[in-house]
Amino acid sequence: MTKHDGIGASSKRREDVRFLTGNGRYTDDINRPGQLYAVFVRSEVAHGRIVSLDTTEAAAAPGVAQVFTAKDFEGVGGVPCGWQITDKNGDPMKEPKHPILAEGKVRHVGDPIAVVVADTPEHAKDAAELVAVEIEDLPAVINMRDAISGGAAVHDEAPDNICYDWEFVAENKAAVDEAIRNAAHVTTLELVNNRLVANPMEPRCAIGEYDRSDDQHTLYTTSQNPHVIRLLMGAFVLGIPEHKLRVVAPDVGGGFGSKIYHYAEEAFVTFAAKKLNRPVKWTSSRSEAFMSDAQGRDHVTKIELALDADNTFTALRCTTLANMGAYLSTFAPCIPTWLHGTLLAGNYRTPLIFTNVKAVFTNTVPVDAYRGAGRPEATFQLERVIDKAARELGVSPVALRKQNFIGKDQFPYQTPVAVVYDTGDYHATMDKVVEMADLGGFEARKAEAAKRGKLRGLGFAHYIEACGIAPSSLVGALGARAGLYEAATVRVNPTGSVSVFTGSHSHGQGHETTFAQVVADMLGIPAEQIDIVHGDTNRVPFGMGTYGSRSLAVGGSAIVKSVEKIVAKAKKIAAHLLEASEADITFEDGQFKVAGTDKAKAFGEIALAAYVPHKYPIETVEPGLEETSFYDPKNFTYPSGGYACEVEVDPETGVVTVIAFHAADDFGNLVNPMIVEGQIHGGVAQGIGQAMLEHATFDENGQMQAGSFMDYAMPRASDLVMVNIDSSCNTPCTHNPLGVKGCGEAGAIGSPPAFVNAVIDALSERGVEHIDMPLTPRAVWEALQGARPAVAAE
Amino acid sequence: MASVTMTVNGKTVSGDVEGRTLLVEFLRGHLGLTGTHVGCDTSQCGACVVHLNGESVKACSTLAMTADGGVVATIEGMANPDGSLGVLQQAFQDHHGLQCGFCTPGMVMSAADLLQKNANPTEHQVRDWLEGNICRCTGYHNIVKAILAAAATLRGEKIAAE
Repeated sequence: MTKHDGIGASSKRREDVRFLTGNGRYTDDINRPGQLYAVFVRSEVAHGRIVSLDTTEAAAAPGVAQVFTAKDFEGVGGVPCGWQITDKNGDPMKEPKHPILAEGKVRHVGDPIAVVVADTPEHAKDAAELVAVEIEDLPAVINMRDAISGGAAVHDEAPDNICYDWEFVAENKAAVDEAIRNAAHVTTLELVNNRLVANPMEPRCAIGEYDRSDDQHTLYTTSQNPHVIRLLMGAFVLGIPEHKLRVVAPDVGGGFGSKIYHYAEEAFVTFAAKKLNRPVKWTSSRSEAFMSDAQGRDHVTKIELALDADNTFTALRCTTLANMGAYLSTFAPCIPTWLHGTLLAGNYRTPLIFTNVKAVFTNTVPVDAYRGAGRPEATFQLERVIDKAARELGVSPVALRKQNFIGKDQFPYQTPVAVVYDTGDYHATMDKVVEMADLGGFEARKAEAAKRGKLRGLGFAHYIEACGIAPSSLVGALGARAGLYEAATVRVNPTGSVSVFTGSHSHGQGHETTFAQVVADMLGIPAEQIDIVHGDTNRVPFGMGTYGSRSLAVGGSAIVKSVEKIVAKAKKIAAHLLEASEADITFEDGQFKVAGTDKAKAFGEIALAAYVPHKYPIETVEPGLEETSFYDPKNFTYPSGGYACEVEVDPETGVVTVIAFHAADDFGNLVNPMIVEGQIHGGVAQGIGQAMLEHATFDENGQMQAGSFMDYAMPRASDLVMVNIDSSCNTPCTHNPLGVKGCGEAGAIGSPPAFVNAVIDALSERGVEHIDMPLTPRAVWEALQGARPAVAAE
Repeated sequence: MASVTMTVNGKTVSGDVEGRTLLVEFLRGHLGLTGTHVGCDTSQCGACVVHLNGESVKACSTLAMTADGGVVATIEGMANPDGSLGVLQQAFQDHHGLQCGFCTPGMVMSAADLLQKNANPTEHQVRDWLEGNICRCTGYHNIVKAILAAAATLRGEKIAAE
């Protein structure tokens, strides 16, 4: 190993070369011999009964192989949900079937009704226009309040449109109510966490293939977790056993959660490929992605924070409506519950917490995890209500936070919402970000801006998240239908090169570089000798995939376990070759040495001996050098950090300009600081996108009002600034071998409250207390008008 | 169907296309140059940016037939003759200007056009130029850094050559 490619080095990414030369291999770049093309016919209405569906003309069109409808899927399972929530009465959530193609009814704009498969994309598109669908419109429920107030039922199984009504921590309810009644001060905030579209730049794509000679199915798909897709699709939808189904997720162009889930299109192409005995490919258009990719967030919340006379937090109560959309996506039910309710303590010592979450069906696109998933919603409401409380009480928002922080000497810290934080230093990250943001100089900057007619604001937020998901027994008790461990095989080849097979999946995170750094560091060999293999169920032993900032904390730990086994075995071989006792063998910088002597064998020599076992302890040690491990985490990891955002508002137009953004994060140990910073940059951009620009809205008929990049405001380069980052406050995770916590989601969690707090700070002198995201020029301008009655009246 | 002929990355190529065939479909489907990507269907995202007759264009909103007789450059033609990364490509790697890599070819092609028009852009000018290129991973921070760094390198090379 050289110093520049081990743990802690900002190694350049090895995957970049193929991406920069046009040699990436994304799913849509793959074409199989004889492949056909699928085009979906989707519902144009939000809710309706299919009166008639005539495919005759389409089926006779040039090049068409077959037109599929729900009739072709009789006996095939629906798209399954991977997490069951138990309602406050002990009943399981309502879990209506999510068919591959609509069965009698359509429930959201974009719900697939039929699929045309033809020899060219053009023929398939042309024929799709010829599918005659007659739909009788039914009343649609679009917003959640209507849905639970006597609106039309999306599913017969849930006449009140409530999927579940969940309470947590139920036994705290009475005590929380009492603490709020008796509090010296209660701050209340009603807010919306706006619905978002994940929009990875690569639209989804799936290719099904079937080989009659050995009854083998192959699915190429844009997935963050190919083994999970194999399990869900194989076992629950199509009835294909694992050994007959290969799922390949090659280069994937971003995911942000939206490519975790099993989608109907994947099952369709797999099914159709066998039926037609030819490969079948489907590539989503962006417009299609807006109505078929699971979306994110969409909570409506009332939060109440109780404080005693000296401003200590005494209780927190949160009531949330969480939109599920028309069907339950794979992990949807756990987002507003176990990934949200368990984070409501934040970084604070609040002793009593209660939350009630009602998950609601509506005639909209399904909602599931999007970067952060539940934790951004928890952090946003908490960090907003604390800022509001500080303003009401006339104290500094920073001081109020610090007064109520869990102290660094209080870990491990049992929160009142089930989870136990292992480590952190919130005062350190808060102090650091205050310093970075130059809070002391703010008044002067504000005064200078005022001279230019601008309102300047500085906002702070402090977040915690639960990452590295998750201990299997714990999530099992909470309703998960899978374990959340990770698997890795480390294969040392005879000439000393190493192939690492990981169940984590890289779709932008740079695992091929960072995982190789970990192995290079441990084995003392150059990273160039190490290959990281992922994304293929036929090559990788098993895996649960990449989401929830878990890859290094869980997947990396599985790799570490396997490397440790490799080293342990290699020591036995080295002891034999060096004619020493195994206890006397040390391993350092790629050399096995007999302690206290100059006798040594290089790693490569041991590798060769393992495969050419001529002089070898064959009685006690098997030939070969390959180990597989499954790592099940002992706890979540708890990254945390202080963020600050400085903005200027033009009161005449409502335009908000981000002036500066500062992030002081605690991710534990860092393997590649360059990549970690890149994750923060991207997360902050998505968070500012949510807070300032993005909103997936539907009109009263359920039509998406922002259904393309022309209407949905993706953050552009000109909307953003360089992010100022500090990593000096890291406290290593105490329970995984690398001491890492995960960094993928933090930016998207901490930045929305920092941004909104900054804008409200700027507007507070005009009497504005809150604006729901996104803080568009119009929303800001309207808030200013509403808060200026004297001027408006003139 | 009509026959089109064009020069792509220095090679003369031809093929039969429909009137509706887009340049990006011709590059990806007919020529197998899959480095040029399709990220949207409204000409917003810029993952498909290539150069046509020396100017950056969105290959998703250019008909293949309009490129007939033209000169096209794609990401596959951006490396040095010896296969090593070109200055802009190398800057993207050095500054971690890409994550998932999907928007990257369009970013590089777009930035190359900027640098041939403006050898010394400010950060503000780079951010403005990228209005037609969306990246969801990087927050643009390192893309902007990479482009500014490449501009500096290219200016240095020019000075050295003089």
